[in-house]
Amino acid sequence: MELYVVLKVIWAVLLGVLLSGLAVMVGMDMGVGSLLRFVGRNDVERRVALNIIGPHWDGNQVWFILGGGAIFAAFPTLYATSFSVFYVVMILLLFSMIMRPVAFEYRSKVDAGKWRGTWDWAFLISGAVPMIVYGAAFGNVMQGVGYHYGWDGQYYQDESFIWYLLNPFALMCGVMSLALSIQQGGTMLMLRGEQPIYGRARKAAIGGGLVGGILFLAGGLWLGHLTGFAYTSAVDPNAAATPLTGPSVAPVVGAWMHNYASYPLLWVLPALGLVGMFGAALLNLAGKPVLAWWLGAIGWIGAIFTTGASMFPFLMPSTTNPSQSLTVWNASGSEYNLGWMLFFALVFTPIIICYTSWCFYVMRGKVKASAVAHDEHSY
Amino acid sequence: MPLIDPSVVDLSRLQFALTALYHFLFVPLTLGMTFLLAAMETVYVITGKQIYKDMTQFWGKLFAINFAIGVATGLTMEFEFGTNWSMYSHFVGDVFGTPLAIEGLMAFFMESTFIGLMFFGWDRLSRPGHLAVTYLTALGSNLSALWILVANGFMQNPQGASFNPDTMRMEFNSFLKLVFSEDAQAKFVHTSIAGFVTGALFVMGISAFYILRKQHRELAARSFRMAALFGIISSLAVVTLGDALGRLDYLVQPTKIAAIEGLWQDSAANGSAASAPWLLFALPDQAKQTNYAEIGVPYVLDPLIAHSFNTNIPGLISLEQQAGPRIAKGIVALNALQAYGKDHDAAALATFKANESDMGYGFLAQRYAPNQDLNLITPANQGAIIAQAEKDTIPNVPVTFWSFRIMMALGFFFVGLFAFAAFYSLKNQLERHPLLLKLCVWSIPLPILACEFGWITAEAGRQPWSVYGYLPTFQAASSHGLGYMVFSLIGFALLYSAFIAAELYLMFKFARLGPQPHHAAAPEATPAPMFATPAE
Ligand code: HDD
Ligand code: HEM
Ligand code: HEM
Repeated sequence: MELYVVLKVIWAVLLGVLLSGLAVMVGMDMGVGSLLRFVGRNDVERRVALNIIGPHWDGNQVWFILGGGAIFAAFPTLYATSFSVFYVVMILLLFSMIMRPVAFEYRSKVDAGKWRGTWDWAFLISGAVPMIVYGAAFGNVMQGVGYHYGWDGQYYQDESFIWYLLNPFALMCGVMSLALSIQQGGTMLMLRGEQPIYGRARKAAIGGGLVGGILFLAGGLWLGHLTGFAYTSAVDPNAAATPLTGPSVAPVVGAWMHNYASYPLLWVLPALGLVGMFGAALLNLAGKPVLAWWLGAIGWIGAIFTTGASMFPFLMPSTTNPSQSLTVWNASGSEYNLGWMLFFALVFTPIIICYTSWCFYVMRGKVKASAVAHDEHSY
Repeated sequence: MPLIDPSVVDLSRLQFALTALYHFLFVPLTLGMTFLLAAMETVYVITGKQIYKDMTQFWGKLFAINFAIGVATGLTMEFEFGTNWSMYSHFVGDVFGTPLAIEGLMAFFMESTFIGLMFFGWDRLSRPGHLAVTYLTALGSNLSALWILVANGFMQNPQGASFNPDTMRMEFNSFLKLVFSEDAQAKFVHTSIAGFVTGALFVMGISAFYILRKQHRELAARSFRMAALFGIISSLAVVTLGDALGRLDYLVQPTKIAAIEGLWQDSAANGSAASAPWLLFALPDQAKQTNYAEIGVPYVLDPLIAHSFNTNIPGLISLEQQAGPRIAKGIVALNALQAYGKDHDAAALATFKANESDMGYGFLAQRYAPNQDLNLITPANQGAIIAQAEKDTIPNVPVTFWSFRIMMALGFFFVGLFAFAAFYSLKNQLERHPLLLKLCVWSIPLPILACEFGWITAEAGRQPWSVYGYLPTFQAASSHGLGYMVFSLIGFALLYSAFIAAELYLMFKFARLGPQPHHAAAPEATPAPMFATPAE
């Protein structure tokens, strides 16, 4: 294989890694946000819940920023098209997300019920909405989006956004993503929380895992009947990265199962997803949150790579002009760019993993109500 | 092909400008405060004096209030390139996205991870350990400025990439040229140090407030002195580096420097070079292409900008005229490019290559072509179209001229203010100069103002280009409808107003409250066994 093709494939895999990191780490914090009003029945309990992720939420959020940055650099045309085609949804996602940093920092700075109550709602919105949008985006991308390109590479939208907001498959993916984030957030609350938070978080985490697993299974069965996309002429993965010229593509019912038929080994991915989700629920039932956290992470990874594997090499197909569908081959950056980015990723990822782990290690242990009340640096 | 809607472009510009200016209300304080906090904590670790720990923690609390909104509004910036500038993202994403991704990997991760430890780790880390964490946070925030300004430097002076007709975009070809672009480097130092000025004046101003009220005496006096010394060095540096930036504009963005100086005629217009005045005051008139009520210092302009006496700095009128032939060649280039895109015709490619350097100017004409279609430009209508496009090639002069002058005036004002402040602080005579102290309090927002005007100079002066010489702003926007823009603008207005109200409320509340006496030491948190954390 040519170097350029190898680089394209590596970046497709790294895209999956980043989207998984985002789902696991940011999803965990958003799960805590969604659960805040339910696991904490009074102010001290809520503060304990917030301080459990207090030292880590900003670091975790960088997975999200990096996810965006990596799509921008490694798949520029995908970034340009997807963010603007989904404009309304993206802006809603953004509005809900930007409340979160402010809510963390401001909520506990004023000792008034109304003030804190308002920020608690902000946590709910900024936890639940982004996770639903995140899942729904996958659901929508799998069904394709209506767009085409002008001669100079500018995209044009062919369908209004109402169409993709209101479709059952995407909504189902959204709920699944919310459920998994609740599982991950609940598990984290169990890890560093004491009773009564522990007990309430446990119920939520188990529920989240079960709902997530069942919806994942349902999605898998549905996938075979969904209209996927497939090439109808020869493909050159090494070709210049542009959707303007290239092989022809057609919508085909069940096309998203083709890769599994050609490479049965891929079935490992959905299996990992299911084992992760149901396994985590079982472990939480047994009161083993550490292992459950890791299995939950595997569940997410399984789900995201399952999606990637079934669509590969497609990234975001076009329903109205399928031959201009964005794929790993035609939406990627130049060879030079992908090479440099890989270099930086290889150098910095191990460093990031080291210091993030160290940070979790330093802040280990249960967060106690008495400590939260006394420490003026806590949220 | 649907037309580009000028009101969508204008609203996209408005939204980007407002959200970027808003983000930058908070950024300078972060850039400066992280280093000031590190300096205070260093003194604490070396001397072991509790007062320096109190200082670090107190100023740290105010810093945190500011930091939260900086983070929130930064997220907006990252989204907007894709949501609102999709053609831009497609056109330069291959080179522009890279520094943003590296920023995430190298800077944001570091800053955001360690800032958690900085606030939550006081009781869990050794003194040097905590100090290291504070330094890493400061380093992280300033590294993030570096990479974002490398990205912005590319827009000002595109280096390290070339256009690829097969993919219809600019492609990255030199990492070194991108990163060591003089523009990017000069912007980075000027901007970071402008942040130091902001942080210094913030600490100095609030300390002056306490000194005036005779509260928190020791903390205020020590903080004041540190900030004043930090400030005098930084403000001198900002002015020096600002001069360097201006010279770079002269070298690579002639239209921007001419607009900054309100220079309509060439500086050597009346025969002898180096006679043009540097304008202290003027009322530029864009339509008539002249200034009213000029007050200037004669002979200074050339040495100031070009650092030499015998150069001719081209004025806006001749720059506009020079654009005409380039627009004509640009039209040829783009028509050839479009033909090449259809059938990969070698002759079309050759025509494109011959005119490639003016391709961006062709886009300027596209806006005025019938139906915005370059193929419909004929010898009959070409003259009128070029005349219209020509007018667009120079930026808004009054805005650029005045925002630059306000920034600069503030710069010299800061040098003076810090000089007096440092002098009286070192002589321990501050309390005898209440007027100076009051001036310090009232000046707290001024560095932020200077930063905002700096950006307006930089970005408004870059117009009409999004990527200087290659891609006009008009062409860079997303192709969606007006309703989308109304929706997002209303949302931003509501959310951002709520944020700023909450921020100002808390900032005033905690600044008035001042440092608090110590609580009894918090009960130790019991470290659980190591496996109790997910990141192991
Ligand atoms: C405390 C803030 C502050 C102060 C006092 C100054 N500046 Fe500044 N300036 C900035 C903060 C700033 C900034 C916000 O950091 C900008 C915006 C873009 C950039 O790179 O830096 C900037 C931009 C900027 C530019 C435009 C760069 C471009 O083309 O992109 C020039 C020419 C100067 N500055 C020059 C000066 C001079 C000659 C000053 C004083 C005599 C000065 N600045 C004081
Ligand atoms: C328009 C381009 C910009 C983008 C896309 C952008 C993006 C971001 C993002 C995503 C964050 C949040 C990081 C986190 O979660 O911790 C952020 C924060 C920050 N940004 Fe920006 N930013 C832009 C402009 C700038 C500029 C010009 C500077 C400095 C010169 C800057 C300096 C910072 C700093 C220091 C922070 C840390 C938090 C704070 O602001 O207090 N940004 N930015
Ligand atoms: C945070 C500091 C910044 C401020 C206050 C700022 C301000 C502005 C303003 C006022 C405009 C509107 C110009 C006009 O249309 O007349 C603008 C446009 C723009 N700026 Fe900046 N800017 C900042 C940083 C950046 C950075 C760091 C980048 C890129 C890395 C950037 C990219 C852009 C883009 C893409 C546009 C829109 C297209 C254009 O007008 O060219 N900005 N900005």
